[in-house]
Amino acid sequence: MDRTWNNKAWFLVLPVLVLVAFSAIIPLMTVVNYSVQDTFGNNQFFWAGLDWFDDTLHSERFWAALWRNLLFSGIILAIEIPLGIFIALNMPKRGWGVPVCLVLMALPLLIPWNVVGTIWQVFGRVDIGLLGRTLASLGIDYNYVQDPFDAWATIVVMDVWHWTSLVVLLCYAGLVSIPDAYYQAARIDGASRWSVFRFIQLPKMQRVLLIAVLLRFMDSFMIYTEPFVVTGGGPGNETTFLSIDLVKMAIGQFDVGPAAAMSLIYFLIVLLVSYVFYTVMTNVGKGAEQ
Amino acid sequence: MSEQDVASGTKAVGRSMTSGKVASLNRTRSTVRLGWLVPTLYILFLMLPLYWLINMSFKTNQEITGAFSLWPRDFTWRNYAVIFSDPSWYSGYINSIIYVVLNTVISLAVALPAAYAFSRYRFLGDKHLFFWLLTNRMAPPAVFALPFFQLYSAFGLIDTHIAVALAHCLFNVPLAVWILEGFMSGVPKEIDETAYIDGYSFPRFFVRIFMPLIASGIGVAAFFCFMFSWVELLLARTLTTTAAKPISAIMTRTVSASGLDWGVLAAAGVLTIIPGALVIYFVRNYIAKGFALGRV
Amino acid sequence: MNFSWMAWTWPTALFFTIIALLLIGMTVWEWRAPGGNPRVGILRFETTRGDRLFISLLGSAFINLAWLGLIGPQLWWSLALSVAYAIVVFRFV
Repeated sequence: MDRTWNNKAWFLVLPVLVLVAFSAIIPLMTVVNYSVQDTFGNNQFFWAGLDWFDDTLHSERFWAALWRNLLFSGIILAIEIPLGIFIALNMPKRGWGVPVCLVLMALPLLIPWNVVGTIWQVFGRVDIGLLGRTLASLGIDYNYVQDPFDAWATIVVMDVWHWTSLVVLLCYAGLVSIPDAYYQAARIDGASRWSVFRFIQLPKMQRVLLIAVLLRFMDSFMIYTEPFVVTGGGPGNETTFLSIDLVKMAIGQFDVGPAAAMSLIYFLIVLLVSYVFYTVMTNVGKGAEQ
Repeated sequence: MSEQDVASGTKAVGRSMTSGKVASLNRTRSTVRLGWLVPTLYILFLMLPLYWLINMSFKTNQEITGAFSLWPRDFTWRNYAVIFSDPSWYSGYINSIIYVVLNTVISLAVALPAAYAFSRYRFLGDKHLFFWLLTNRMAPPAVFALPFFQLYSAFGLIDTHIAVALAHCLFNVPLAVWILEGFMSGVPKEIDETAYIDGYSFPRFFVRIFMPLIASGIGVAAFFCFMFSWVELLLARTLTTTAAKPISAIMTRTVSASGLDWGVLAAAGVLTIIPGALVIYFVRNYIAKGFALGRV
Repeated sequence: MNFSWMAWTWPTALFFTIIALLLIGMTVWEWRAPGGNPRVGILRFETTRGDRLFISLLGSAFINLAWLGLIGPQLWWSLALSVAYAIVVFRFV
């Protein structure tokens, strides 16, 4: 749509600007201020220069949390995106099944995140949980509290349970927008299931898929509540992701300076990735229009 | 992959339509027949943990820890009775609902004019402003938790509903602007122009003509604001102590304080799922549309 | 209302002042020469001068962090490098 130049439109944006600036800019400035100082509470601050950034960049704890988080996001994307596409392809297209599927699948998305954690914490327990009990009776030694691999498996399965529906719903929305004529033509042509997917369905889902990847990367990269409830970052630090480490540092230990420095580095990484995704997304949209 | 490939694909398809290979119609049919199994299995996987939670909420604590049973043998309403008779429990639900509704109202109220501006006008710095808004949706809440506490303390807002509502605006306002902008761009501009020629003032046009046109968009935006405010815990917990504490925070606290009352914990969990389930049921026909715009 | 918790220091105040001045400068530039001079540079997508400023600033942040992490806490050289990078970005991207 061609939009007219009108700088008075700024007045319409002003409320949003004021509100978000209040919640975003003041805290961000504060974080920058904290990141160069040391404090022992009581609003007394001492200049620390770039020491906290130096420390963070050389701290094994930070890099370990960062790699762990990247690994987690990678696993999540590798499972949820293909699985989401696969389920969306097999969703009913019409009839009573559609609303039933939509409502039931969207359900996990609307559960408070710590309740998601609680559900899986209980579900996986060997003494009272269905999953833990079943695995134990099958002779599998499963204990997400002590075994790092089991802890990871539990958190990954939990995240798949929690968020795959988002990918499914996005892909489904992309699929239903494909006109029936495409399929009929393909069917008459004797196109294989794979080529229908490759040449008709996948291109139509491209945009929503990009959004799904972006959202799943962002949200898994800043995951906090669910693993915190299930494992508390343990065993040891095996499931301590960036946000968990950050909250531990800032609120648990009140190490405001290092936490602020880490926040900024974390934020810069997120900003970079978001910008790359956003640029790719908007330019893909443009390419399709031309 | 681009539109060109699709175009050439359909062209190829169209060309061979004339050659008429109708025989292969049946083959694709047969693969569809087993298709229902996939969503069914997936939904089963989704429902199992939920079933276990609901199952536990109707059991006594002895049964939960003692006997392993797939359904409640000793059916009881006691866990729900505990929650509904104790103000420290049920006030948590009221608190959550108050700040979620406040947040939804505030987010929509400020996002509507802004989305209109983004969809109708070009102005100085518009693209960058839009991206900056979106970065706030992507910023990890953990980064903001500490300064938020200080900021809202300075304004004397700690432990009020409005504090949580405002904090959640950080990610809900950008989201609402994004969703609404998509819906508004779908409304032809001629409608605006005709209304102005007919002598409508901007506020009157906006409320009387424009808002009814994008009603489903407002519904979708409200749904997502509700959803993200309802599920968020970190900021809500940081900004409240007692008077405005959300139910999800009360859950974690009570578990550690009173030993492990699994039954009540499960019942509280079930009750937090119900509002979401209700909301999703009411907007089910619009969700697909909202997702189709690719704006979540 | 007490804002001492924001813990302002002169260097950080200077930092934000520079950012604010940059934004004001860009606004004035845009007002004098509207349109943002869009072009397709070596990154093969269309950028305006606002995009180029953003890429410069974000890149500079990472240049300085990398210097701090790999070489040492003396950031004058990396600052110079950032300025050079910004010039390259404004020229070619």
